[in-house]
Amino acid sequence: MPVGDLLPEIILLLGAVIIVLFAAFAPHERQTWAAGLALVTLAAAMAFAVAQWGASPRLTFSGVWALDGPAIVAKWLILLSGAIAVLLSPDWMRSDPRHGEYYALCLFALLGMLMMASATDSMELVVGVLLSSTASYPLVAYHRGFPPALEAGMKYFLIGALTNALLVIGVVVLFGLVGDTDYRRLAEALGEADPWALSLATACVVIGLSFKLAAFPGHAWMPDTAQGAPAPIAALLSVAPKVAAAVALARFVTVLPPGQVWPAVVAGIAVVTMTLGNLAALQQSDVRRLLGWSSVSQSGYALMAVVVVGSDARALPALLIFLGSYVLANLTAFAVVTHLRGRTELTDYHGLTRSQPLAVAILIVALLSLVGIPPLIGFFGKFLLFEVTIDAGYTWLAVIAALNTLVSLFYYLRVIAATMFKPARGAVHVLGGWSWVTLLASVGLLLVVSLGVEGGLAMMSALSFAGPSA
Amino acid sequence: MILTTALAVPLLGAVALAGSTRWSDARARQVAVIAAVLSLLALVVAWVGFEPAGPLFQHVDELRWVPSLGVAYRVGVDGIALSVATMSALLFVAAIVYPMDTRGESRQYYAWLLFLQAVSLGVFLALDLLLFYVFFDLTLVGMYFLIGRWGHGAPQASALKFFLYTFAGSLLLLLAIIGLYLSLDPHTFDMRVLIEQQPMAGKGLYAGLVFLALMLGLAIKTPLVPLHTWLPQAHVDAPGPASAILAGVLLKMGTYGMIRLPLAMLQETFARYALTVAVIALVAILYGALVALGQRNLKRRIAYTSINHMGYTVLGIAVAAAAFTDDSLVRQLALTGATVEMVAHGLITGALFLICGSFWQRTGEYDLDHYGGLASQAPLLTGFTALAAFASLGMPGLAGFVAEFQVFAGTFAIYPWLAVLGVVGILITAAVFLDMLRRLFFGRLPVHLGQFVELTRREWSVLGVLSLGIVVIGVAPRFLLTLIEASAGLLVGGH
Repeated sequence: MPVGDLLPEIILLLGAVIIVLFAAFAPHERQTWAAGLALVTLAAAMAFAVAQWGASPRLTFSGVWALDGPAIVAKWLILLSGAIAVLLSPDWMRSDPRHGEYYALCLFALLGMLMMASATDSMELVVGVLLSSTASYPLVAYHRGFPPALEAGMKYFLIGALTNALLVIGVVVLFGLVGDTDYRRLAEALGEADPWALSLATACVVIGLSFKLAAFPGHAWMPDTAQGAPAPIAALLSVAPKVAAAVALARFVTVLPPGQVWPAVVAGIAVVTMTLGNLAALQQSDVRRLLGWSSVSQSGYALMAVVVVGSDARALPALLIFLGSYVLANLTAFAVVTHLRGRTELTDYHGLTRSQPLAVAILIVALLSLVGIPPLIGFFGKFLLFEVTIDAGYTWLAVIAALNTLVSLFYYLRVIAATMFKPARGAVHVLGGWSWVTLLASVGLLLVVSLGVEGGLAMMSALSFAGPSA
Repeated sequence: MILTTALAVPLLGAVALAGSTRWSDARARQVAVIAAVLSLLALVVAWVGFEPAGPLFQHVDELRWVPSLGVAYRVGVDGIALSVATMSALLFVAAIVYPMDTRGESRQYYAWLLFLQAVSLGVFLALDLLLFYVFFDLTLVGMYFLIGRWGHGAPQASALKFFLYTFAGSLLLLLAIIGLYLSLDPHTFDMRVLIEQQPMAGKGLYAGLVFLALMLGLAIKTPLVPLHTWLPQAHVDAPGPASAILAGVLLKMGTYGMIRLPLAMLQETFARYALTVAVIALVAILYGALVALGQRNLKRRIAYTSINHMGYTVLGIAVAAAAFTDDSLVRQLALTGATVEMVAHGLITGALFLICGSFWQRTGEYDLDHYGGLASQAPLLTGFTALAAFASLGMPGLAGFVAEFQVFAGTFAIYPWLAVLGVVGILITAAVFLDMLRRLFFGRLPVHLGQFVELTRREWSVLGVLSLGIVVIGVAPRFLLTLIEASAGLLVGGH
């Protein structure tokens, strides 16, 4: 067995186990050390994931595991989001006497997401989805004494249980049709499969993944989680599962035989998701819920690239660059919210620029990148999405996305206007040095990537999936 | 490098102002004035060095940015861009020097103005379609904060409406730009390549859609009736200098965009729809003038005359695009007129809005009925307002006349009926301004205006410079026309 191919994942697993043991025996005042352990683990995993770059795309472990560009880039993004969430956590969790396991759960969730991004086997996909879901439920409800957190956790769990069950049903039907779970076999045999059964299976898998993607119809947990979960976890869950699920979905739809109706269905989901997310975000008077709904709408944009992934080779780089831009911008926005002690009511943001000018400036940069104001990286992400969809003949989809961008500008500007134009009120409390450093690091990354977008494009331009489509 | 200097100096000034916490109000203002003047000087140097007989685009700078997308930092000017950009830089200097109550936030105010100057000049100087779009969008951000933070009335609502409405236009523009970009092989955003290859020629519906999206996006910015509804409110609530910039510089981006994108890159398609565009421009001319006549609010009235004047510009552009005459001299005349109109309107309306700012600082009132009889109380203010008003209604010997004469001469040769109807617009504008002068300055001085203060030295020197520009263009326009005619000739007849 080529164990070396799995080094990042194995390191993550070992790190998680060590943290569980450490947390069980360490006294309360040492629990924070688990954060250091988690960071070391993530750094090591990242180093090995970087080392995987450059080899030609291939499948490993009897073809169930992809080592290709999309998987590796998704790994970077997921590990990076994990690292930033972990860095934000020690200050946030200080008041919780027992929080060592928190970091272990983070690592388990990340491991599940890595599996989703790399899976080229439907059972492998199910394992990844279940692992990341199960580890995330307790994270969302980690503040046991805080009713919104419990509500968010319950909602997350119920929707997750339902959609995961549908995913499993879909995978079982696929197995029934083909007699295998390997994507290569699926790609060969699905052409002759019964179209109705195949449609059913596809629908189930898409709905199952929509939960992780926070896209319609499995999106309802996102705003509650953004509001109720610990802020670092809200940051993590609004970005990392989305990356994993988007890559997994793109990988899954390339397996489907041509001539299927799935592009139209995915396009429909994209439209509903972005419109619903934006319209719902319009009415929010709570910044974290607003960011949650904006995260739903961003899933809709990401799905645009999935629609054309079968017909245009540039769809995949566009998808990954968009996801990368979204990850950086959203993490930065949540880092600001976390640094401000998770303050969430829009009225609490009034006049904040007087007392916290730098934090507000960073928040504005992040929000403008989410809208796609050039020359921030968010613009290039959206530009590439528009370009590939128009080029593939889905101009109407690009037009709807442009309209949605306009709507989204409205609610992002509401937040910006509240911080800049309203009179200040009350004292502002912030978290400690760690979150400050993280904040600067994430906005630094956002700006560096915006300036160095050419490098990213050059790296991504030749990406393709290993396996059946190749 | 001279154009890059013109862009970079105000941008650096903005960064310095935003970053330094210790500068006093007076120091912040000094720094802003110096940066703005240096940028203006750079453009003047570019003007002096411009060779009218040379190639279309001169002073070109190019720098790699995102080659895999065909995007680069490309700047360069033709005579049209250079004249509009120089006028804009002058207006920015005027807006920055003009006194204004910054509510204790001078550094931020001047930083935003300088930022806006850099990105506005960027729109006129860019030779890369994507760069053009980037600057086009960033001007919205700058203006949004200027209106929202230093405006009066309901500034935040106006700022939001302004941003959303015009951002809708720029998204349409983005879709059209992507359409243009995809039609080239290899894909590139280089405007020179797009102008040379005319990629949309003979593409029927696709070309029509791209043209429609471009024109809608630019018409919102211009603004053309019926897409003008964001303008009056934004103007009324913006601070005086920001209003001057909005009318003098930001509106020009719409018409300048029409010359740079559809007119230059989609000649065949524009020719097909030229009459439609000309008719819409005529509607804007008449509607803007008539609605202006009905306004009792000083600033709203001037805002509506802007719609009327931008209508002349669009009419000139549409005539320049009409292809069914072989007489390219007529089309060149119309395009030159449209460009001179842009420069003249920038100076004239900029001056008028600065004057509005002075009124507001003194009384906090825009209602014309509030005023009267100020001619004896404030003779300098009366003189400058009268000069700008006469220039705006097209009095011979002043800048507005040179522009409107050329636009109508060109139109008369191609669409005679439109010219006849359009001249009615000038008549109504005359009524608008004469009525405004009468209500502000003549009649009896109301008691509450007994303390009305004459223009300060800083105010009248700024207005003096702008007025000088208006008179010089009116009396001796040759220096401007040489610059513009060469490029206009290449654009309408060079292919």
